[in-house]
Amino acid sequence: MSVLFDILSSVGMWEAVLRIATPLIFGTLGVLLCERVGVLNLGIEGIMTFGAMVGWLSVYNGADLWTGMLVAAAAGAMFGLLHALMTVPLGLSQHVTGLGITLFASSFSYYLFRLAVPTSSSPPTVEPFRPLAVPVLSDIPFVGPVLFTQTPPTYLALVLVALLAWGLYRTPLGLALRMTGENPHAVDAQGIDPVRLRIVTIMAGSALMAMGGAFLTLAAFNSFFPTMVQGRGWICVALVVFASWKPGRALLGALLFAFFDAFQLRLQTVVDGVPYQLFLMLPYLLSILALILMARRARVPQALMQPYRRGER
Amino acid sequence: MRFERRDHPSRALTLLAPVGAILVALLVAGGLIALAGANPLRAYGLILKGAFGSRLGISETLTRATPLILTGLAAAVAFRARLWNIGGEGQLYMGALAVAGFGMIPALVALPAPVAILLCLAVGAVAGMVLLLVPLGLRLKFGVDEVVTTLLLNFVAVLFVSLMIEGPMKDPLAFGWPQSVPVPDSAVLPQLMARTRLHLGLLIAVAAAVFTWWLQSRTVFGMRARAAGLNPRAAAFAGVPLGRTLIAVACLSGGMAGLAGAIEVMGVKGYVTTDLSPSYGYSGIIIAMLANLNPIGVIGAALFSAVMFVGADSMSRALSIPSYIADVTVALSLLTMLVAIFLTQYRIRR
Repeated sequence: MSVLFDILSSVGMWEAVLRIATPLIFGTLGVLLCERVGVLNLGIEGIMTFGAMVGWLSVYNGADLWTGMLVAAAAGAMFGLLHALMTVPLGLSQHVTGLGITLFASSFSYYLFRLAVPTSSSPPTVEPFRPLAVPVLSDIPFVGPVLFTQTPPTYLALVLVALLAWGLYRTPLGLALRMTGENPHAVDAQGIDPVRLRIVTIMAGSALMAMGGAFLTLAAFNSFFPTMVQGRGWICVALVVFASWKPGRALLGALLFAFFDAFQLRLQTVVDGVPYQLFLMLPYLLSILALILMARRARVPQALMQPYRRGER
Repeated sequence: MRFERRDHPSRALTLLAPVGAILVALLVAGGLIALAGANPLRAYGLILKGAFGSRLGISETLTRATPLILTGLAAAVAFRARLWNIGGEGQLYMGALAVAGFGMIPALVALPAPVAILLCLAVGAVAGMVLLLVPLGLRLKFGVDEVVTTLLLNFVAVLFVSLMIEGPMKDPLAFGWPQSVPVPDSAVLPQLMARTRLHLGLLIAVAAAVFTWWLQSRTVFGMRARAAGLNPRAAAFAGVPLGRTLIAVACLSGGMAGLAGAIEVMGVKGYVTTDLSPSYGYSGIIIAMLANLNPIGVIGAALFSAVMFVGADSMSRALSIPSYIADVTVALSLLTMLVAIFLTQYRIRR
């Protein structure tokens, strides 16, 4: 028992929770945006991979870290545009298009990475984002180091949660967005083009996904290697259901999830005799559990996966 | 610009769709090859030469196509009934692991080869089925969308394989490498061509495609599965037992993916490792779409992918182009195929 207490009372553990949660927060917000306008974006896993690669590659070639994040976001938006053009005006299957984008974006990332770094037994690293201590606040015992000595993208992620929560529920644009996911015909009747709104929102959401990926290479692992995203994108898709499509709850879900992940990592080192693979399975099994708990309770956007064509019901 | 649904998509257009899609994908990938400083035409020439230029090349291409036909069928039968089975990769691994585990039963060695082989194939297929029935159960019972659950289970399955081959199923003679004990000789699939890796699995895969075609176009089950996919509510109203139909579809789909894993172990590798499949399960989704979900078309689409993968391996050695170009091309062809199918169904009007 004292082992558990040691883990739970350590600053390192709680500080790691927020760090592990950061890419999930970006990704979950991205999925949430897309689904709030009625489009499932299974491209996330590939878009995160591409963001991780292109962000890393930019910094590796001399760009500064924020430029790397920006390049990742722009690339993500481009994949979002591709996904949006296929699923919104053409109304193609959102499932298959998204998977296609994932397969294309990830293999394209590996291809470009291999072109840029032909031989690498150990992947080259970049100088990552350093923790930024917020003056005064970081001096608060325990809470200070946990919340206020994170890397800048983590603060950005938290700000984005607040911004999105406010934007979705307190602005006319947010109302139009939510309406597009519930009833695009009604939006159209109000003189707003739901097709255009969907396309732009999917681009924004995909940009967030790519930034989540870039966080992995620019703040967590410092290098890029194939299959590094490891299903984080899929976990984000599950977290959005868990969050009932609400930004605040998405943050909660990502934190809860990251808590278990940080906890199992530390538990692995102190518990003997349990195969490490069981610990590694935990995140995926927890995501499935979250889906089971919330599947019937969550309020799904009514027009999710319904292509919109004017004059067609 | 607007789109207008064609009343009767022409047959010629439907057959041309995959050809057009693949050509566009090759064109875009050609740009990427040029970006790397090589001549795309030369690269494609080398890919064809690598895949068809020699007896070994041909046998490797067919060996590579074998699991792809089966995972392609797994996706095709499921998608047709709108069962989004993205878990082919995990089901393949479970099939492979089950065969290796079953092979540890000492009595198997004494069985005549045909019996041992049939038993092992069945065990592999059942293991694949089980892994798909779990997410289907969650969908039917709790309303959980199976897309995410099947995707997540892929990771769980590979970790489970890793656990088993580093634990109870580890080969003590493998110098510490994490690999399973080999399947017994009686369960090894016979070769089709001497001194190559081509094995009986190819014929099994082709037979599975023909069987699936028959099942889908000539039986009540096939009609029900199609109806369930096109319009579940109307199908239920017409008396189609939705739950039971989906369970049968899941058995067929998961079974095919499990069979792919079993055959790969029994025909090519002989034992299980965690790099048994270079994402055959995910490629199966592309193959199913390229084939427009037609089981016979799956054979052709699997061959196309196999040519790209095998050919790109030898091309990349000659031109130092990353062999990932094959994955890029195949994935691109999925996206272009989606658009091509759309164009067969709609007319563009100004």
